[in-house]
Amino acid sequence: MDFFFNLAPLAILVPLLMFAAIILFTHPNNRLSSSLAIGGIAFSTIISWGIVLATILSGEHIWEETWQISIPWLPAGTSVLWIGLEVDSLTAAMLFMVPFVCMLIFIYSQGYMNLGKPNQDPRYSRFFAYISLFAAGMIGLVLSGSLLLLFIFWELMGLCSYLLIGFWSFRDRDTEDHIDEAQVKRARAAALKAFLTTRIGDVLLFSGMVLLWAYTGTLNFSEIFQPEVLEHLAEITIWGLPAATVIALLVFGGAVGKSAQFPLHVWLPDAMEGPTPVSALIHAATMVAAGVYLVARTYPLFVAGSVAGDGSVLAVVAVIGAITAFFGATIGLAQNDIKRVLAYSTISQLGYMMMALGIGAYVAAVFHLLTHAFFKALLFLGSGSVIHGVEHGHHEIAHHSDHHGDDDFNPNDMKTMGGLRHRMPRTFWTYIIGTLALVGWLPFAGFWSKDEILGEAFHLWREGGTFSLPLWVWLAGTLGALITALYMGRQIGLVFWGEPRHGAAEHAHESPHSMTTPLIVLAIFAVIGGLANLPSNVPLVGGELHHFIGEVHEVSEVVHSEALALNAIVAGLSTVLAVGGLIFGWAIYRNYRVGEVEPFQRWLGPVFTLLKNKYYVDELYRAVFIRPTVWLADISFRFDTGVIDYLVNLVGRVTRVVADFGGVFDAKVIDSTLVDGTGKVTNSFGGWLRQTQTGRVQNYVLVIAVTVLLLLGLYLYL
Amino acid sequence: MNFPFLTLIIFIPLVGAIIIALIPRNREREIKWFSVIVSLFPLVLSIVVWVLFKVGGGMQFVDEALWIPTLDVYYRVGVDGISVPMVFLTTLLTTLSLFYSAYTIKVRVKEFFALFLLLEMGMIGVFLALDLVLFYFFWEIGLVPMFLLIGIWGQPKDRPQYSAIKFFLYTLVGSVAMLLAFIGIYLTSGTWNILEIPLVGPLADNPALAVAAFWAIFLAFAIKVPMWPFHTWLPDAHTAAPTAGSVILAGVLLKLGGYGFIRILLPFFPVLFKQFAPFIGIIALISMIYGALVSMAQWDLKRLIAYSSVSHMGFFTLGLVAASATLNTAEPVLNSRAIALDGAVLQMFNHGIITGGLFFLVGVIYERTHTCDLKAFGGLSAKLPVYYGVMLMTALASLGLPGLAGFISEFMVFRGAFAIMPTYAIIGVIAIVLGAAYILWKIIQYIFLGEFSKEKWSAIFDPEHWHFSLDMARFEIVTMVPLLFFMLLVGIYPAPILNVINAASTALLSGLL
Repeated sequence: MDFFFNLAPLAILVPLLMFAAIILFTHPNNRLSSSLAIGGIAFSTIISWGIVLATILSGEHIWEETWQISIPWLPAGTSVLWIGLEVDSLTAAMLFMVPFVCMLIFIYSQGYMNLGKPNQDPRYSRFFAYISLFAAGMIGLVLSGSLLLLFIFWELMGLCSYLLIGFWSFRDRDTEDHIDEAQVKRARAAALKAFLTTRIGDVLLFSGMVLLWAYTGTLNFSEIFQPEVLEHLAEITIWGLPAATVIALLVFGGAVGKSAQFPLHVWLPDAMEGPTPVSALIHAATMVAAGVYLVARTYPLFVAGSVAGDGSVLAVVAVIGAITAFFGATIGLAQNDIKRVLAYSTISQLGYMMMALGIGAYVAAVFHLLTHAFFKALLFLGSGSVIHGVEHGHHEIAHHSDHHGDDDFNPNDMKTMGGLRHRMPRTFWTYIIGTLALVGWLPFAGFWSKDEILGEAFHLWREGGTFSLPLWVWLAGTLGALITALYMGRQIGLVFWGEPRHGAAEHAHESPHSMTTPLIVLAIFAVIGGLANLPSNVPLVGGELHHFIGEVHEVSEVVHSEALALNAIVAGLSTVLAVGGLIFGWAIYRNYRVGEVEPFQRWLGPVFTLLKNKYYVDELYRAVFIRPTVWLADISFRFDTGVIDYLVNLVGRVTRVVADFGGVFDAKVIDSTLVDGTGKVTNSFGGWLRQTQTGRVQNYVLVIAVTVLLLLGLYLYL
Repeated sequence: MNFPFLTLIIFIPLVGAIIIALIPRNREREIKWFSVIVSLFPLVLSIVVWVLFKVGGGMQFVDEALWIPTLDVYYRVGVDGISVPMVFLTTLLTTLSLFYSAYTIKVRVKEFFALFLLLEMGMIGVFLALDLVLFYFFWEIGLVPMFLLIGIWGQPKDRPQYSAIKFFLYTLVGSVAMLLAFIGIYLTSGTWNILEIPLVGPLADNPALAVAAFWAIFLAFAIKVPMWPFHTWLPDAHTAAPTAGSVILAGVLLKLGGYGFIRILLPFFPVLFKQFAPFIGIIALISMIYGALVSMAQWDLKRLIAYSSVSHMGFFTLGLVAASATLNTAEPVLNSRAIALDGAVLQMFNHGIITGGLFFLVGVIYERTHTCDLKAFGGLSAKLPVYYGVMLMTALASLGLPGLAGFISEFMVFRGAFAIMPTYAIIGVIAIVLGAAYILWKIIQYIFLGEFSKEKWSAIFDPEHWHFSLDMARFEIVTMVPLLFFMLLVGIYPAPILNVINAASTALLSGLL
């Protein structure tokens, strides 16, 4: 079984190699480029599933002895830092999902980018190169056995995210009119925003990582998670807090950025400017879940930090998660862009995972991560299929009517769609399955995973105090579930029911099989995904995931590695809300007509405006962070030229003035006055003296006589 | 006597310069390629030295001869693990600069290439000198050619004379202070030998004079690095200098200051350094953050990169300060200090290849359009995809993306700083965020993203004056490839270079404990 484990590095290297091959060599040949990318990820999928199988077969053994390889990487002072790969069952659980979902999305992208059609994207090869690089990054992240290596892949994915969000952020105005000017501007801003916002989180993670290395001398997970190391971290203090607490909080900062949690969530909705497969792959299924994975992976650190700091760290995780889960969902109610609704839904669902981690329901969080990856990828790809269909419809009418006047047509706007269930049946049915999974209808995947989170919270509340944290988590989660059902009802009502509200929707048609087949595969997983971890009172298959990953981390009183039984109250309530909310949303929106004030807006009034504007967080950040920074930069520059450089030049100028003065002094005082003056004085004295030299003997005799008399008188007197 | 590797590395460029002086000035082609070939000798020799170098073996390849007997001055050169990468950096960047200039320098070819080789001699001499007088001698020799390179081949609209004189005088002020301090040190310790002076403990009996000497030497190196607030000569010098001049200026000349700190100031005055560390640390933080902020406010690409150098050399200073400051962790003392110093040295090397590369890349658009105004461009990635790719990679290395060189040195600097002075470090990370901001927002966004329009482009681009391809020409790619290679190598597998640095910095610091 070690065979597959030993191939693990190839699962990362092959997609990486495909990236290099496409960028350097094969990019002129589109079909070859995408085939290489798909071949590479298929290879990684096979190896990964081999690893999953090997892990399952090795059973309990894998908990005691994980598979590891490492190399000495960084000679540092008197020590050497090692990095390497590690496979335990948490890794295996992720490896089941990541390359497989990647592969489906790669296949879908072939159709989405119109391979071989006249409107094929001119940057087709580049796209496949980028997503290959991304896949290498994500698989590498999951396989990393060291926080440092994880961070390297983490940032690599950040780069891919930047490149892909900004995929349409430039154009040649004369030749590339399939990209419009506004789109270029939006993509450019969104890419920058994504990179810089996540960079803030990354720098926190970086700091946490560096501190961890400083205090433990290693960054390998298996060494850090030794009980004595964790105890040591809990004992030493930094800035008056236990080091474990500080480090866990900093690491969580990284997760907040990557997983778009409040307050760093603002980049994710804008990231929808990228091509839709990217939204599905990076900004829903895999990369954004990396933050959740990071917390799950370094969970012992969070536990140690919480124990040392009175439960503070995990409480912070739970509160941030709950806030994000609830507020993210509310914003989703008021968006018109089909992808933005899903983006806010992603933010909200990631919040669920975070709050699960925060209350100790670590298995439930991973469970929800996995099911969410399938059904959210399905929904995004479905929305891509819808947009693709509508765009084709738009081309068709533009073609027929010979006018291009309808330039501000937005194919993402749900309010211009309608009635698509007849025109795009495969997309429609798979989309409905994805919706039911997200909303949490029995027996779809999302029901089981979301319900487990709520059940855990409810259970902890009953055990804990009346107004303990789990109560608020449970309330936020349950209310969030209702709102999720409402915005999804609104979405499917607007998109698939009613009459087409625009010619484009009327002429839309179903997407090619390369696009719909991945939808169907994902839909299957959205239906059966819950089987991975049914409640413990289901015979035979109950609590499978708990058995599989529950004991990855040393059991502690904070972690709930045991599966819970199905709680009828929790499940019943959330089912009522999910069914009721979805049907209600659907019922009031399916016959919406263009130009009407929509029902939610009618009922909610100013609150709706608040939601539509995303609580004005973007505006707030612009006013509080961005403008002041730019202002500070300007002020610093003025200070630099106006003060520092002015002083430097002043010194130069003063020196020159002194030099000039010296020159004048030299010429006027020393030379003219002293040197020349001495000469002049001597000269004039000599001139005066010259007058005595008359040349007359009488004068000389007179002088001699007078002198003799004077001397004689002097002599006599003395 | 062993084979005089180092002496040859220093003086082959001088011989080359003299021969060029004898070639008639109308043989431009011959002059250009002759000097490129001459510069290959020190490059190859420095690689040989690196290969033969024994890791952890202290000073090696020492050449020694009495030079001025009456003053007890020796010609004494040698390398350790800190100077080996610096010498290699110098010879590599010089060869690339000469190669690049062979295509781009059109006027006064003979003088340019002769001066450039002379400059190389001065720079290498500083990295190799083990005698204070020799050190000072080479330090000053490097000044003159650079002064002339900026003054004569500078861009007329950027006040080359003013910038050249500013550069020259500013450095000279520091050097004079340094010379006085050196003389004072000699008078009390009785030797000019850089390796022996720390053992004697210069000016130990006169603390006031020791402090004065410390700050005098500090000033000379701080101006060269440059640290805030002695940095304003740098943007002017960079904007005015020709491309190859900027490359050497950023790539090597700034490192002379950094190297001086490590080779001279730290070993001579470890106690004073430790005492003033909190203060110097603040200067480092200001350099990092202020440099990044001012960088963000620039609209001239060269000026922007010049200020980014102030910021990035601030990382170096932070590492240096951490290596010299007090410890307050439970960890073995030496380890964190050595890691910080490793980071600082590696930061110099990385900054050399990355910022050197950035200035070559500025040359790419400057040679085509004769402007560095960020607002004049836009959407270039649609037309010059190779240029975009190369620039993006270099820019990402500069902002410290893991997998590329810049990250490793930042990582180590902060590792040392977080262990030794965590509050400084947590403030310092702001500079990392700001670094990403000015690089992606200003450089990448304004030049490469957005709309490419024919009208805007034809206003700045005149095909009459550009005889190579629109996207990066072959000679430009050839110039960049070695630099890209090292960015990747150091980023992916830093062990080879760090082994060399680490042994030396550990030895250096353990000698000071």
